[in-house]
Amino acid sequence: MASQEFLIQYLPILLFMAVAVGMSVVMVLGSLLFGKQNPDPEKLSAYECGFDAFSDSRNKFDVRFYLVTLLFIIFDLEIAFLFPWAVALGKIGMFGFFSMVIFLGILTVGFIYEWKKGALDWE
Amino acid sequence: MIVQALAFYLFAGILTLSALMVISARNPVHSVLFLILAFFNAAGLFVLLGAEFVGLILVIVYVGAVAVLFLFVVMMLDISFSDLRKGAMQYVPIGLGIGGILLGELMIIYGGWKFAPNMSENLAAPLLRFESSSNTQSLGMILYTDYVLAFQLAGLVLFVAMVGAIVLTHRTRAGVRRQSVAEQQKRRPEDVLEIRKITSRTGV
Repeated sequence: MASQEFLIQYLPILLFMAVAVGMSVVMVLGSLLFGKQNPDPEKLSAYECGFDAFSDSRNKFDVRFYLVTLLFIIFDLEIAFLFPWAVALGKIGMFGFFSMVIFLGILTVGFIYEWKKGALDWE
Repeated sequence: MIVQALAFYLFAGILTLSALMVISARNPVHSVLFLILAFFNAAGLFVLLGAEFVGLILVIVYVGAVAVLFLFVVMMLDISFSDLRKGAMQYVPIGLGIGGILLGELMIIYGGWKFAPNMSENLAAPLLRFESSSNTQSLGMILYTDYVLAFQLAGLVLFVAMVGAIVLTHRTRAGVRRQSVAEQQKRRPEDVLEIRKITSRTGV
């Protein structure tokens, strides 16, 4: 196995997560154990400005929401590829630089397509 | 390091349990939330392995984007999930059969697994080049040069995904007011304006 010295730098994060989990467990369990539990239908019903909910929240949504989300994920991944490239740019030379330029070029073609097609327009 | 071993068993245990909950939770929203917990623990395992960049990218991409898309779909889709589950029990024999075949195949692979004799040297060799650099940097040093083909293929896959998403879901709709600079510049006052003399006490 490779050297594991770097893991000590993650120890504060681990401790932070342990404290966060511990605090939330204490709060939830504490209120569950020591709080006065006296449920009735009015308390348990969904609160919508004081009147009964008009309808179920599951209904047909416009597919454009999903399109926007999918396009976001694609550009999110593109950014993820840019991080190691930027860090190693000094050592990978012209070849590495132009390999990323071609990658960005391909995605820019897709971006132009999506712009011209009107996939980014809402109204 | 005992802390490392403890962290590994903690992450692996929670990962397995939350993966179990993903497929057994009654409420699909809970399933997706357990999936997010599984992603977080997988990221912890990656960091323990030394793959810091992959671990954190898992959090950004899978938790930040993919799981939110899943949650979005599950919370808003117009499907009654209890109706979907009604006939699920009749598929149990088929599911068990497929699972059993997969398990058998995995056991055959594991049983027939042999390491190449010079494996330990090959494992050590590539690490020497990157000893002085951080994880992200060593990834960047090989991804864009040694693995350029795989990298460009990844770009093409993203491109196909983008075009596919647009082709499948996009339709031109009426009433969309798009910006068209050329059309707007071509508009002249005489095309759209008309000056009329109106005498008093009469209409247009």
